[in-house]
Amino acid sequence: MAIVFQKPKALKDTALHYCPGCTHGIAHRLVAEVLDELDIEGKTIGIASVGCSYNSYDYFGCDMIQAPHGRAPAVATGVKRSKPDSIVFTYQGDGDLAAIGTAEIIHAAARGENITVIFINNTIYGMTSGQMAPTTLLNQYTTTTPYGRISDLHGFPINVSEVLSVLEGPAYIERASLHDVKHIKKAKEAIKKAFTVQIMKKGFSMVELLSTCPTNWGLSPVEALNRIKNEMIPQYPLGVFKERL
Amino acid sequence: MGQRMLMKGNEAIAEAAIRAGCVHYFGYPITPQTEIAHYMAKKLPKVNGVFLQAESEVAAINMVYGAASTGTRVMTSSSSPGISLKQEGLSYLAGSQVPAVVVNIVRAGPGLGGIQPSQSDYFQSCKGGGHGDYRQIVLAPSSVQELYELTVEAFNLSDKYRIVTIIQGDGILGQMMEVVEFRDNEPIERPETPWAVTGHENKREQNVITSIHLNPAVLEQWNRNLQEKYRLIREKEARYELYNADDSDVIIVAYGTVARIAKSVIEKAKEEGFNVGLLRPITLWPFPQEAFEKVIDRAKAFLTVEMSSGQMLEDVKLSVNGRKPVYFHGRMGGMVPERDDILKIIRDIYASA
Ligand SMILES: Cc1ncc(C[n+]2csc(CCOP(=O)(O)OP(=O)(O)O)c2C)c(N)n1
Ligand code: SF4
Ligand SMILES: [Mg+2]
Repeated sequence: MAIVFQKPKALKDTALHYCPGCTHGIAHRLVAEVLDELDIEGKTIGIASVGCSYNSYDYFGCDMIQAPHGRAPAVATGVKRSKPDSIVFTYQGDGDLAAIGTAEIIHAAARGENITVIFINNTIYGMTSGQMAPTTLLNQYTTTTPYGRISDLHGFPINVSEVLSVLEGPAYIERASLHDVKHIKKAKEAIKKAFTVQIMKKGFSMVELLSTCPTNWGLSPVEALNRIKNEMIPQYPLGVFKERL
Repeated sequence: MGQRMLMKGNEAIAEAAIRAGCVHYFGYPITPQTEIAHYMAKKLPKVNGVFLQAESEVAAINMVYGAASTGTRVMTSSSSPGISLKQEGLSYLAGSQVPAVVVNIVRAGPGLGGIQPSQSDYFQSCKGGGHGDYRQIVLAPSSVQELYELTVEAFNLSDKYRIVTIIQGDGILGQMMEVVEFRDNEPIERPETPWAVTGHENKREQNVITSIHLNPAVLEQWNRNLQEKYRLIREKEARYELYNADDSDVIIVAYGTVARIAKSVIEKAKEEGFNVGLLRPITLWPFPQEAFEKVIDRAKAFLTVEMSSGQMLEDVKLSVNGRKPVYFHGRMGGMVPERDDILKIIRDIYASA
């Protein structure tokens, strides 16, 4: 019988620890499929961050480093400068990348550091039980905005892809979504493009993935997917924000 | 014979690092150590290395973490406020056993403090400035020649034990010029790095550099392994100089710049008929306790002199352990202990004995 679907080689056999309906797992799978298709796992070094995906090295089979909270782009810089022919990616949440790691991501992007960033935007701090993230939507309830995010008190959401795309350094920035099959396919294309840009040594590439956190959103998996479509995409429009090839 | 050159201390560190095979430098400007960065910016591109001015000390130490994780010899340097920012990274380097060399040309604190020489970062370097139960080797040179030799040694020690080695100086050492005699061949010892992340090339198992172990039993065992390594380092790597200490009555305990002042005190004291010796720790961690055993029977008293409120003093007291009196003289804020002030204390010690 012909095999029509199987686990990507670049993923290990370990069962994922993510909550039911969490799209971290989908994001992992897409990255792994791309590593397989481009046949680059053997020379890839991944940088795990601090967040629910802190142990993504238990799932990805490539060599990996666990970076301090927010510092993954700096760690990736050190790796890439030491081994310019390796493929280096970071996998970061929105608290990690857009709050504590703002300086590191902006400067890695501005330097045109030849790395790929997989940015999981779930508008919340998942791992630490649902606090406000810089990406939290206005009026969104979180454990630290129990009355909703109010701009007067908490400021406004940061649209990271748009912010980074005004810099010269990045070669490729796209925002994609994981809320349905059609968009998952597009997300995969974006990830593949981002890694290809790195292989071509064109500079910094990033894919922002709109992602779910049903647990801390207090929604069912299906409701969570709908929230991406109905509430997140209006604030975080999908598309390519930077392409310098 | 090796090449002789008149060099600034900071430049000697940078030159030594390159000779030791350091190919990458990541740093952020701060006085009084910036010459290290300037030298690296000029020289590293010529040896196919990378000099990168990071956006902060936080980023710089994490770049070191990444680069060192590939098994490459890398370093960063800074001064006290910048070293404070590096503590998170230093803790991660310790926790994941990644070797790296970090230079701290200490300036007076706390806060922004001043740029004048100080030894007030002893606690931070030797007692763990970052979080967790960890140690780092701390080398305290006291001449430009020693800055060179100990920098080469720092890379060997870091690689041997997969540990961070700190080279701890001060603005006087960093800025002063002395003749350095370079060796023709550096004594470089580089063990294999099977743990490094280099890309597995489908030829070996995955390598992971990490410091997180959420299972407390696993993390305790991980800590035990670290402690065993630290025990070994304590046993093998403590270094010190004993100067005129065989039969002296008072032993000055001082390191770095202050040890040089102590030597001039000893000469002057001799003229006054006082027999004073010097115990100079070269490794601040591991602290050379055994040096005290060599002199404790004969010595009548110890006098610790530091450019701090008395930080190394605690280790001196632990080593002496109540067996002999321990006196202290310290200057702070960038002020340097003066020979005559130290002499006066020695006279007082003799008078009270
Ligand atoms: C220096 C530091 N500060 C705070 C934390 C606690 N912490 C762990 S994960 C996390 C937030 C992660 O959120 P995000 O990056 O959005 O990832 P997610 O879990 O949502 O995927 C925080 C604040 C930490 N580990 N280190
Ligand atoms: S807490 Fe949220 S982000 Fe973390 S695994 Fe669960 S659903 Fe995913
Ligand atoms: Mg998040």
